[in-house]
Amino acid sequence: MTRIVGVDVGGTFTDLACFDTETATFSVAKVSSNRGDEATGFLEGLRRFGAISDLSAIVHGTTVGTNALLERKGARIGVITTAGFRDVLEMRRRDRRETWGLSGDFVPVADRDLRLEVNERVLADGTIRQPIDPDEIAAAVRELLARGAEALAIIFINAYANGANEHAALEVAKAIWPNDYVGCSADILPEIREFERASTTALNAYLQPVVGDYLARLEAGLRSEAYEGSFHIVQSNGGVMSTATARRLPVRTALSGPAAGVIAAAAIAEAAGFSNVITADLGGTSFDVSLVAGGEPALSAQTTIDFGLVVRTPMIEITTIGAGGGSIAHVDAGGFLDVGPESAGSRPGPVAYGQGNTRPTLTDANLVLGRINADKPIGGKLARLDVEAAMAAIAHHIAAALGLDVMVAAEAIVRVANEKMAGAIRLVSIERGHDPADFTILPFGGGGALHVGALLETVGLKSALVPRYPGITSALGCIIADIRHDEVLTVNLALDGLDPARLEAPMQTLARKARSIVETAGLPVERIDTQVELDMHYVGQTHTVTVPLPIRDGEAVTAEMIRHAFEIAYGKAFSRLLPGVAVRIVTLKVAAIGRRPAFDLKALAPAAGGSTADAARGTRQVWFAGGMTTTDIWARLELPVGSVVHGPAILEQPDSTIVLEPGLTATTDAFGNLIITRG
Amino acid sequence: MTAPDAVTLAVLKGRLEQIADEMDATLYRSAFNPIIAEARDACHGLYHATTGATLVQGTKGLPVFVGAMAFAVKAVIDKVAVDGGLAEGDTFLFNDPYDGGTHLNDFRLVRPIFRNGALFCWIASVGHWIDIGGNVPGGFNARATDSFQEGVRIPPVKLIRAGEMNHDIVAILSANSRVPVSNWGDLNGQLNALALGERRLGELLDTYGEATIASAFDAFMARAEAMMRARIAALPDGTYSFEDFLDNDGIVDEPLKIALDLTIQGENMTLDFSRTSPPCAGPLNIAYSTAVACCYVALKHVFTEVPANAGCLAPITFIIPETTLLAAKHPRPVGGYTETILRAIGVIFGALAKAAPERAIAAPFGTINALSLSGKRENGNAWVMFSFFGGGLGGTPASDGLNHGNNAISTATMPPAEILEAASPILFTQWALREGSAGLGEHRGGFGAIYEIEALTDDTSAFLLGERGRFAPFGVAGGSAAAFNRFSWESDNGRLEPPMASKVTDVKLRKGQRVRLETPGGGGWGPATARDPERVARDVRQNLLTPDAALRDYAVVVAGDGTVDLAATNALRAETRA
Repeated sequence: MTRIVGVDVGGTFTDLACFDTETATFSVAKVSSNRGDEATGFLEGLRRFGAISDLSAIVHGTTVGTNALLERKGARIGVITTAGFRDVLEMRRRDRRETWGLSGDFVPVADRDLRLEVNERVLADGTIRQPIDPDEIAAAVRELLARGAEALAIIFINAYANGANEHAALEVAKAIWPNDYVGCSADILPEIREFERASTTALNAYLQPVVGDYLARLEAGLRSEAYEGSFHIVQSNGGVMSTATARRLPVRTALSGPAAGVIAAAAIAEAAGFSNVITADLGGTSFDVSLVAGGEPALSAQTTIDFGLVVRTPMIEITTIGAGGGSIAHVDAGGFLDVGPESAGSRPGPVAYGQGNTRPTLTDANLVLGRINADKPIGGKLARLDVEAAMAAIAHHIAAALGLDVMVAAEAIVRVANEKMAGAIRLVSIERGHDPADFTILPFGGGGALHVGALLETVGLKSALVPRYPGITSALGCIIADIRHDEVLTVNLALDGLDPARLEAPMQTLARKARSIVETAGLPVERIDTQVELDMHYVGQTHTVTVPLPIRDGEAVTAEMIRHAFEIAYGKAFSRLLPGVAVRIVTLKVAAIGRRPAFDLKALAPAAGGSTADAARGTRQVWFAGGMTTTDIWARLELPVGSVVHGPAILEQPDSTIVLEPGLTATTDAFGNLIITRG
Repeated sequence: MTAPDAVTLAVLKGRLEQIADEMDATLYRSAFNPIIAEARDACHGLYHATTGATLVQGTKGLPVFVGAMAFAVKAVIDKVAVDGGLAEGDTFLFNDPYDGGTHLNDFRLVRPIFRNGALFCWIASVGHWIDIGGNVPGGFNARATDSFQEGVRIPPVKLIRAGEMNHDIVAILSANSRVPVSNWGDLNGQLNALALGERRLGELLDTYGEATIASAFDAFMARAEAMMRARIAALPDGTYSFEDFLDNDGIVDEPLKIALDLTIQGENMTLDFSRTSPPCAGPLNIAYSTAVACCYVALKHVFTEVPANAGCLAPITFIIPETTLLAAKHPRPVGGYTETILRAIGVIFGALAKAAPERAIAAPFGTINALSLSGKRENGNAWVMFSFFGGGLGGTPASDGLNHGNNAISTATMPPAEILEAASPILFTQWALREGSAGLGEHRGGFGAIYEIEALTDDTSAFLLGERGRFAPFGVAGGSAAAFNRFSWESDNGRLEPPMASKVTDVKLRKGQRVRLETPGGGGWGPATARDPERVARDVRQNLLTPDAALRDYAVVVAGDGTVDLAATNALRAETRA
């Protein structure tokens, strides 16, 4: 028996996907999440697949870290810093919340009386001007413990250039600190820029007790079920890691859940023959998009969780805009229609939920237009949606103000929302030099499929691919994801006259370190790939471009090879190269990726047999392009492989509704995916 | 042509703003000098073909440029009207502060967008170049008495003629800067941004057509005007006066008054600065266009929801006579323009606080503190460290002021200490919040900062252009003022301070000697004795306030363990009120 289970714990539901590698069969489960007691739902979900002790591997995408950051529910942390620098976390980069408006203050995750200074100093070139005094460090550590700190972060200025003082202080602290929640910035992020490094290191400490306790609860639960298999966590970079690594670097779980979804989306699309994909996840309050080019999800170096809370670690690049199903449509003081960013969320939710909101949302507009089935609400918590209330809200708040018919107003709401989503897609594609006509949009989660047809047209995308089970994409990603570990190091080397050994040495060190973490992660891999990237710029610039270094085994790195790669990357990002200006390598980035055995996605396909006609569910009046249209309704999961459906049509399944605009065609492929194209 | 329908307008608004945003982002990422790349001292937008009025701005552009760009494009339009010969593929370059500029460091690139052989609109880019000659590296010459000491003035010239760059102009620019490579990098970054904007706008015009987009521009302006009129109409009619002072002009040690009489009449507003001090000898003058731009910034911070285009200025009458330092002509020096506009913005906040106390904003720290250190490395190469420094924002009805924020005229982030230390032979010995710097209030101001920098080489020179050394950021609605700005340095004769408060040039430091800059916090909002005692106690626990100051300034008794002694506090506050 070799069964591997992916578990995605969301705010409302826990989704699970189980793959049996011997029989190549696949099953899914959905149970309620219990906020604060996720372990109960987690174990209950696993039991749906039989005895937990019979499972061989569990991979988990978690939002525990994300929620702790967003809700400020991390640990009480202590910080030890260089004399003169205890306020770096609070002073940020001297920014403010909004371009316009001067309101709002900021509270850092570490209180000022828990940030202690010690005498030590490293210079920018790595020279130690003043070593630490172990007694002074010990006194500071004890003082922080006495003040109630549960985790400790040691953050010294210029530690990226030389971590010796931090490491010496760390040894002193470890001998005193009562738990493992002790870290230093040179270990977490040896990269120049003290605020970003301090923020990442402090947030890591802030999450360590939270994520550590959470994993301990899950592991205890698994033990009590006599489970003896492996247990892994998905990181923000879309790779999985051991729970030991997750305990040490919990800040790398900040985008764990959505990252797993993007990984699955990339795999599903690749198997179906699409290597350029834009993923789209429409939730209650936001719309998240990511780009996958040539089968590889785009990564970003840094994200801002909230004002002043910066996490700098490689992660799947997810662009979020405030337009979700619960986003409120309104006419502003200038008489212009807008949707969001204010949202009714899932509580009270759209007007149609009857839970107290009276202002129309995007979901209300979709309902009024007949696109959502009022009698079959997704999620199964409500019996019926209140179309009349939704219509009255749109009539009152939008149609009257704009002098439009209520149906036209509802269509306008959807169109404005579609434009916002289209803007986010353009941002991740056109702005990065990609042509949308080469890309397929892949919705996951419940809501995206309502809009993919329209987005296909608005942005000029090639096609849309709706996975067979959009709701469990993240759980599926847990099963598919490779094992991955990233290391970064600021090197600051001039390219002119580069001694390649000065790059080779740290590159080999980081590669060995990253590979050993992947090797000891405890999941079978077919091979381990090492990727090297350099962040480079023209001397004088402060921003960098990321330059992938095409190294083959045994091939030596040369300055010429690096220059060539830099000019390609720079040329892609900007229109003008600057010949004659000196070039510098700022940061070295190494990733080790343990490739997991391929997962045959055919396991998801519908069973053989069945006919297109049997999937028909009659017709319904749905509003398209200015008028009511008699529209075919289909039971999506009953459509056989090879079936073709023409728009206008609505395809319904328990966790999603797919809107097929007039002029679009949907074909069910061999994997059970719906491929939507024009014509 | 009737206006496009409501939905198309909403769509086009988003698409056009995205173009300007992308231009901003392109320049930030490809610029050379940190004032653009890190501090985002730049702005892009689309401008009206015949008036130069702002049609569309990015959402992230430097606020003060957003207001000034229309004047820059108008300067080019006026030049073309005289010279003729405008062609597709032309791009103008200039930095003239008196003709639609701000100060000499800000270089504008203005490019016409042609459709079917006719001028459709303009796109423009502005960015702060690090050095363009003059007596002081990096500009900001606190001792300048005319424009010629501040750097090289370039009137609008065709840098690119029908697609062909005139490299002679680049050569002239290079020969007049201490850092020609940096300027060349920034110029290329701005050209990257214009290329991208032109391409994106072309695609949008291909999709929607010129007529639809032109009428959308009109609708955007009408919308902004309508919103602004509605906001003004909601204020009570009357004249509200407010004044504040600059320490001095760096040459003559006398305060300079910025005085405003703000009149609300129905849905119109008049901003009358006639009572302001006359033009000054030093670099604290500003041009008329800069003065209008800073009014725009102030109003936009108060009426945040009004869109950023020319329409919002339509209901406003400006009275800014040439007899004041707010409408200076060439060759009056303007290098310290930031200080004057920050004071003028504060004065508008102060006057509006009287008209609408429920929206009142206490004064932000209000000085950019342009501090530069320079010298020679052991190998003989010159180095310059230059940055603007942060301070506290003012308390508002909603919250305490932000600690260590940026100025209202910018969205600049600060270069990290580690970047500054890696680039220059200096060492920060302190980078911290400045205790006691915040104005007291029910919502106190944010805290300013202390930066202490040690020279690692002999013969290091320091230059500072700052303000608020003698007139502190004010509080509103009963809140009190913040601390003064302070600058000092170690010398062989002990610790010294500038005779002109926060302005000094060419202070000599030996290796191991330090300069120390202590910046103001923000003013407070509301009476201090109305502050929640728990918040007072929190400040005490955070070492931002001493127990004695809590007692004296807030009438709150904080016990030895950092908690509030509520009974004693209530008794004390009752006594204070009595």
